[in-house]
Amino acid sequence: MLRLTHLQQLEAESIHIMREVVAETERPVMLYSIGKDSAVMLHLAMKAFYPSKLPFPLLHVDTTWKFREMIAFRDKIVAQYGLNLLVHINQDGVAQGIGPFSHGSATHTQIMKTDALKQALDKYSFDAAFGGARRDEEKSRAKERIFSFRSTQHRWDPKHQRPELWQLYNARKNKGESIRVFPLSNWTELDIWQYIYLEKIPIVPLYFAAERPVVRRDGTLIMIDDDRMKLAPGEVAMRRKIRFRTLGCYPLTGAVESEADTLSAIIQEMLLATSSERQGRVIDQDAAASMEQKKREGYF
Amino acid sequence: MTAVKPSPDADIAQYLEAQQRKSLLRFITCGSVDDGKSTLIGRLLYESKMLFEDQLAALEADSKKQGTQGGDLDFALLVDGLAAEREQGITIDVAYRFFATDRRKFIVADTPGHEQYTRNMVTGASTADLAIILIDARRGVLTQTRRHSYLVSLIGIKRVVLAVNKLDLVGYSQEIHDRITAEYREFAERLGLTEIVSIPLSALKGDNVTERSERTPWYDGPALMQYLEEVAIEADTLARPFRLPVQWVNRPNLDFRGFAGLISSGSIRAGDRIRVLPSGQKSRVARIVTQDGDLAEAGAGQSVTLTLTDEIDVSRGDVISAADDRSGIADQFETTLIWMAEEPMLPGRPYLLKIGTRTAIATVSHTKYKVNVNTLEHVATKALALNEIGVCNISLDQSIPFDAYADNRATGGFILIDRITNDTVGAGLVHFALRRSQNVHWQALDINKAARAELKGQKPCVLWFTGLSGAGKSTIANIVEKKLFAIGRHTALLDGDNVRHGLNRDLGFTDADRVENIRRVGEVAKLMVEAGLVVMVSFISPFRAERRMARDLLPKAEFLEVFVDTSLEIAEARDVKGLYKKARRGEIQHFTGIDSPYEVPEAPDIRVNTSTMSAEEAADAIIARLGELGIIGGDFDWGGGV
Repeated sequence: MLRLTHLQQLEAESIHIMREVVAETERPVMLYSIGKDSAVMLHLAMKAFYPSKLPFPLLHVDTTWKFREMIAFRDKIVAQYGLNLLVHINQDGVAQGIGPFSHGSATHTQIMKTDALKQALDKYSFDAAFGGARRDEEKSRAKERIFSFRSTQHRWDPKHQRPELWQLYNARKNKGESIRVFPLSNWTELDIWQYIYLEKIPIVPLYFAAERPVVRRDGTLIMIDDDRMKLAPGEVAMRRKIRFRTLGCYPLTGAVESEADTLSAIIQEMLLATSSERQGRVIDQDAAASMEQKKREGYF
Repeated sequence: MTAVKPSPDADIAQYLEAQQRKSLLRFITCGSVDDGKSTLIGRLLYESKMLFEDQLAALEADSKKQGTQGGDLDFALLVDGLAAEREQGITIDVAYRFFATDRRKFIVADTPGHEQYTRNMVTGASTADLAIILIDARRGVLTQTRRHSYLVSLIGIKRVVLAVNKLDLVGYSQEIHDRITAEYREFAERLGLTEIVSIPLSALKGDNVTERSERTPWYDGPALMQYLEEVAIEADTLARPFRLPVQWVNRPNLDFRGFAGLISSGSIRAGDRIRVLPSGQKSRVARIVTQDGDLAEAGAGQSVTLTLTDEIDVSRGDVISAADDRSGIADQFETTLIWMAEEPMLPGRPYLLKIGTRTAIATVSHTKYKVNVNTLEHVATKALALNEIGVCNISLDQSIPFDAYADNRATGGFILIDRITNDTVGAGLVHFALRRSQNVHWQALDINKAARAELKGQKPCVLWFTGLSGAGKSTIANIVEKKLFAIGRHTALLDGDNVRHGLNRDLGFTDADRVENIRRVGEVAKLMVEAGLVVMVSFISPFRAERRMARDLLPKAEFLEVFVDTSLEIAEARDVKGLYKKARRGEIQHFTGIDSPYEVPEAPDIRVNTSTMSAEEAADAIIARLGELGIIGGDFDWGGGV
């Protein structure tokens, strides 16, 4: 009876990681991206510190291009659980009118996401930030530590990572340096879905299939989420039954056509899927080492 | 069959139910670049259908581009991660891979076999239940095979799969397989690796990876995947005595005080008697609290929050232990240390030690020997360099709860952290406590430092003069002492050269000896401060870490670092003792400034520059600063009380 399943072991490990951070750092924060991984991370955090309230705030770096349903869901969850949420927008970027349509995905992501995150961490002097990244997502993540050290310039140096043994995490750093902590490092996409199913964790409705307005652009189905999206000559707005496997800025997130409108249908579809979830992210489709480069520069 | 994907019409609810009963197996793969390790892992991912079409397409494109396997898929490309590594064609660190079958989820620690092997392999093995040791069938048991097996056994893994790989290149020969297996067993059993399973493999061709191969009809054991799915996972942590290192005290309000942590061994029920260590206080478990409701029982591997029936003092770093089978408590241990930093381990240098949830200050008091990881010979040494493993005695600044590493990885395994860079520099395994520490108790003394200082009417402290040889430390310290003496202060002067003629005449000038030199002088200076004296210490003391060690012996206000600053050119031009000339001629080794570094103080309490000041002026500046700091004059002026 006391023998644990793989999900119970993953849960216990994640909770242990979160408690270490709260015990050993001065100003932790949880990066909340509103997606399914963030939902699981938040759920685990509430378990870790129960019956206390979360001993740290959530931070949402808002690029101003998130799906409207994501923002509505975020505000609902914050109200429902009485969470302390900080929202940061790169106002310099807003003033310059930065956006994915006008400036392309790389510039938009750099300014509205990477730079914005660094601004927010500096502004509040956070010395530890939880992120929901998993090692199965992408090759450079597979080598990153659970407690991942960042220089005062938020840089990651893959060649000088601290050895991480047993369940002993080294959270020490000098003033101005910080750590990114990945409590979901050892979870896979399938684990995340199974856990959401098992624990009945609320997620953004965009993960479920519904009829939504889309346009096909460069072979990818992009949802027309607001009137900032202009159709190019020859493009036709369509209504399709679609859902999303991953959520980000709506112009950079590809939808899949799907009938899966329940959790078990999503899991079933996932098990039969023939492409990985990150394929839906436009920013990953540069060179093979693009994620590593972004991470060295301070991307989460 | 092991495929994880159900048929489209499978009952998804039934499937999910089955999935949730899966267990987790963590293992490590050991082998060098040429043994086909990446190919094996890539093959396991591929065969368990964990790859998506876009990943397969990328793999096909990569395989063609690299051309390593002719027209075939090169599975190794799947797992060779970072850009720098792909350029070099090797993996350089520890990476974690995931795959699952219907019965188990697997986490693979993938570690390289080249020069950083010790550090990386120990890291990967520390969380593993099992090790796969790869052997190239053409080459048999090699030095590196012995090294890998030693490291695996050191970290406490008992189960080993000997993967005799590349069997396709030796004609699937049973004779070769059996000969390698016999040779390996003889060696491994001496290391305490008790459960060895040998599997003939071709990771490249897929033989005996997921299914028994027709090309090895003589082999009647399981295919690798089948073995990994079925092997019993160590469950004896549950049977061991209860241990919960307290991570965090949960106090949402005055009515609730819970102690949160991960149970490292054993199990606990509400009502069980416990003892909190190191205080030794006893209580009972009132509740096992989780957000999903209280538990009647919890066991090893679970993160829980306990409340106790008594209001006793418990904080982070304590261990809640079974009342009748508790952890030991000690401040000195024999350990195995695995060194993981470029900067060598030096006996006497203080490091932070993290064990469980407790952090203490540790120094290595004695290095017994280091182990040659290839031959297992013991070699005499004082220091440990990167990737060296040694048996060392360590002593801590406090008594801590512990278990032998062989009994409990969580309360017997520790890391060492550099106090200045904060890097993790070593890992250690507790063997046992050294008994002598238990019999030497601190004596509580009636006449203390304050009483002695009051009698002398002064404020005792250490003035620690540091700087290059020839900077003028001793000259200035001497003048300062005369001036203090003149105003009736009780002083003492410890000079580097003089102390090396007496107390420290057994020490040389290696880094290890320099550390010990400073440690002893620091302790002597501390005793002199206890006696109420103003102590001048004039030592080159080139390393920040040791100056910090000396500083830490005393309360903050009682240690003043005086940096006697001058350029190397000027000090060398002075060369009062003719030492620089000798060093330049190579007659003296390890001479600070020439072939041994001087680490400049970052924030000295007092700084004098003898390039621009005379010794007399420097001494006056120091006296003036002592006045400002209230060490002399003011409240503590001569004839106090008036």
